Order: sequence, then C-alpha cells, then structure tokens
Amino acid sequence: MKLFSRLRRSVRGALAQTASRPADIAPAAPSPLKAAMTCPACGLELQPDVLERLLFVCPCGKHLRISVRRRLLDLCDTDSFRELASEVVSVDPLAFPGYGDKLAKAGKTSDESEGVLCGIGRIGGIDCALFAMEASYMMGSMGSAVGERITRLFEYATERRLPVIGFTASGGARMQEGVLSLMQMAKVSGAVQRHGEAGGLYIAVLTDPTTGGITASFAMEGDIILAEPGALIGFAGRRVVEQTTGSALPKDFQSAEFNLAHGFIDAIVKRTEMRATLEKLLRLNGQKAS
Amino acid sequence: MQLHPYDKLRAIRGNARASATEYIEGIFTDFTELHGDRRYADDPAIVGGLAYLDGTPVTVIAIEKGKDLAERVKRNFGLPKPEGYRKALRLMRQAEKFDRPIICFVDTAGAYCGADAEERGQGLAIAENLVELMAVHVPVITVVFGEGGSGGALALSVANRMLMLEGAVFSVISPEGCASILWKDAGKAAEAAECLRITAEDMAAFGVADEIVRENFADFPSMCAEMRTMLCRHLAELRTMAPDVVREQRYAKYRAIGEIAPIG
Ligand SMILES: [Zn+2]
Repeated sequence: MKLFSRLRRSVRGALAQTASRPADIAPAAPSPLKAAMTCPACGLELQPDVLERLLFVCPCGKHLRISVRRRLLDLCDTDSFRELASEVVSVDPLAFPGYGDKLAKAGKTSDESEGVLCGIGRIGGIDCALFAMEASYMMGSMGSAVGERITRLFEYATERRLPVIGFTASGGARMQEGVLSLMQMAKVSGAVQRHGEAGGLYIAVLTDPTTGGITASFAMEGDIILAEPGALIGFAGRRVVEQTTGSALPKDFQSAEFNLAHGFIDAIVKRTEMRATLEKLLRLNGQKAS
Repeated sequence: MQLHPYDKLRAIRGNARASATEYIEGIFTDFTELHGDRRYADDPAIVGGLAYLDGTPVTVIAIEKGKDLAERVKRNFGLPKPEGYRKALRLMRQAEKFDRPIICFVDTAGAYCGADAEERGQGLAIAENLVELMAVHVPVITVVFGEGGSGGALALSVANRMLMLEGAVFSVISPEGCASILWKDAGKAAEAAECLRITAEDMAAFGVADEIVRENFADFPSMCAEMRTMLCRHLAELRTMAPDVVREQRYAKYRAIGEIAPIG
C-alpha cells in the first residue's frame, strides 16, 4: 500500500486555479467564408453572403453549423464581446500518437486556438458570461484546456454574479488526453454547482451535435435548456445504441424534437430567434441591463 | 509481476475477482439494502443501502456486475441505467440529510447504451450525480475495484478520496472503442490501452487516485480487513474537517486535474 504523492507538472502547477480576466481588446473577426455551401437537407447551394445574412440557416429550415466566433459576435450587442481564458491551450500530456498533429490541424481548420470560445458580452444590454463549443475543432471534444476554459468562465461568472449562456457542440471527452479529459466533466460540474448555489442563472443551448460526456455533464446542468432545431443530442452514439438494442432506431432518435418530447429540454429555438429568446429569458429571470 | 494494462483489463472482466457484494460483506456489518429510484424502477446493476463501517453508519452505493452468468444477466452485466443513477442520487441526498459518509464501489464497463436508457435520460442522470457529488458536505470515498468505465463510472467516482485496487483501471473510453475510432481496428485494443494510461499507478500520477490497495485475493477476508482499516483512516481524516472544508477539498481536487499551457 503506497501513498502516492501527486505528480504536478510545472505547467499545471503554474496555471491551474489561476483566474482569467477578459481581454482588453476586441476579438478577432471571424474569417471570411470563401466558398458556397450546399445544404445537406435540400441540396440548395448557398453563397457566402447569403449564409452570413441567414445565420447559416437554410431557407428550408436546416440549421447548418456556424463558427463559434460568428455565433457569439452576432449574439452579443455590437462591440460588447471580449474573450476570456483564450490563453489556455492544450498540451499533449500522454504523448498520445498523432495528437500533436491533430491539434495543429484543428487550429487551422477552425481558426480557433481550442475547442471552446469563452468570453463576456452583453445581450440587450445585460452582462453575460458566454461560451460556445467549436464542432470543427476536433469534434468540439473536451480535453484539459476546454474544461479549464469553461471552469474559469463559470468561476468568473460566480464572482461577478453574471448569468452564463453556453452553446454546446461536442462529440464528448477527448480520448487523446485519457482520463484527464473525463475528469473535466467533474471539474466543470463542480464550477456549475457553485455558480448555481450562489444564485447564478445558467442557460444551456444544445446545438448539433451534443453527445457523450458533454450531455452527461454541463449540457444537462442548465437551469434552462434550449436546443436548436434538428440538433443531435444524446449520450451514446446511434450506432452503439443500435448494436446494444439490436434493432433499427427511428429517424428522429436523439433529435432535439425527440428530447423535447421526452422532457429533457425546455424549448427548441430557431437560431434567428435565439437572441430575442435569450434576452426575454434573462429579463424574466430578473437580469437587468447595466 | 508487471501486467500489461490490457491484460489487467481482461483480468478484471473475467469472473475470477470478487464482486461488489463480496466487498460489502467483507468490509461492513449489518448491510441493509435500499431499493429503487422512486421514479421508475429498481436497477439491479446498482446496489445501495446502509451499513456500519467499524461502528459508524455509512451509505454504501456499489455497481454490481454479478458472479455467474445468471446473475450477470440479472445485473445487466453491471451496466447501470438512468434509474440506477437516480437510485444512487436518492441515497446520496439521504446521506447528506442524515450526515452519513458515502462510500461508493465502482466496477463497470460504462453506463448502459440501450435505446431505453437514452429515452429516460442517461446523460442527465449522470450529470445530476456529478453535481450532487460536488454539492454534498459529507465525506465521499470511492473504491475502484475493477473497471472504471468512462462517464458511467465517474457518476459514482467524484470523491474526496479515490482508492484503487492495484489491478483496477480507469478510462475515458474502452481501449476497443478507442482503437476502432482512431485506427479503425478494434484489434489494436492492447496498444490503445497503453496509450490511454489506464492503470492505478497512472491514476495516482494524475492526482485522480489517492491510494492504491494491495490485492490479496488468496486471503480475501484479510484484504477486506485492510480495506476497512484504510477506509476508516481516510474517513477519520475527513471527519476532522468542517463540512464546508470537506466539500472545498473535493472541488479543489478536481479543479487541479488536467494539463494545459499558456499560448505562445
Ligand atoms: Zn436546405
């Protein structure tokens, strides 16, 4: 029976539990779209300027994936969004084969430094803490850095008595960081619990896809849980469920609509109505413009 | 003898080691089982109840895989459903109300992945337990005696102290799942098990496990006696702290887990 002293590497010792402050300067603008996109639901070709104007919602109603930077900058009052904890990025703690390359590639394809963008901003004049997970950064998977960024956001919000609005989009825990990723579920849940106990309001908005360890933690911990139309929301992957159950699943299984019918979310809200809905919910919960 | 991580996992999945019920009988006295989540059903994959730990009343919550095939089927091979986690949640809240320490025993490949589990909110059920385990003021000690399979195991593992048997493992994903996703080849599970760092020594190095329990299955009663002594020692330490400090210590433990770097 050996009592192990905890291994503390210098990066962790230096950075863990330090607080982050919002950036002084305005965030970088989202990188411009270069090519048209084809809607996977109806086949319509959508030009970049049309996509921007429609918030990446096809006229057929299909909600295409939108980058976190576009989403948060569009959601917040003009020039009110400031990034928080963006200095926190991943290392490769297990020296996992291929992880370093994947991180580099994810940074290029997503134009983000990690799988979540956090910050503070105003919605209808109301100060909020916000996070949005970037599905194009390694499937929005949560490793140590994603967990740390979101934890710091909740801690900042608790200290300043701010409501938190969080957009989830993730395949779950990032396996390349092993159990360190899994434990982020506990860490963030602890931060959510403390924010809630201090009276803080947390609105979770589940976007496509929200699965695995994210569904099994902070996606389902909101005081109010909204979802975008058609978003995939579930714990286990569809193929795994089919294998376990041994039969085909209905087409709408684990959709936002399925989750609404089963009582797991409060409402489905179109992206074009998200800002107005959030502002109304903030006001109904007693939040006032500063 | 140093076993390969994947061999450790295979040994756990076999029938040779003890099941949760045997640990409960070996460590505690007067175990009295309490059934049901008061919402939907009683999940046989999770056993919960009250018992004495060396004279102190405690709440015991354990994932039970079963010993023989018939019992394994009955216990759904230790794959808990939402009603199992909700039974655990009910017992955690009861423990908080009556100021009873919570002792969890974990051995599961993961939460059950059937369509019925999804329909009843498997993700929500796990999430609620994570929040509750962060909220309670009573000491929480988890013993991982077999497989710590992902979120389904984490739902009973957010603890002030995690004790791990030397042959036990904890993982974010099964090595088979990891290998088939990353390398499209479930046959490379042994390689994945090594990369994922799943052993008790790894967990101690990450700050996840707090103490490693030496195994002695040849003399199971004395192994249980040692575990009882160990649990009593940790509990005595935690009982010297004020309830708020107990909770603070738990948050601080998880707050420090993870490795990050500043940009630049
Ligand atoms: Zn369309």
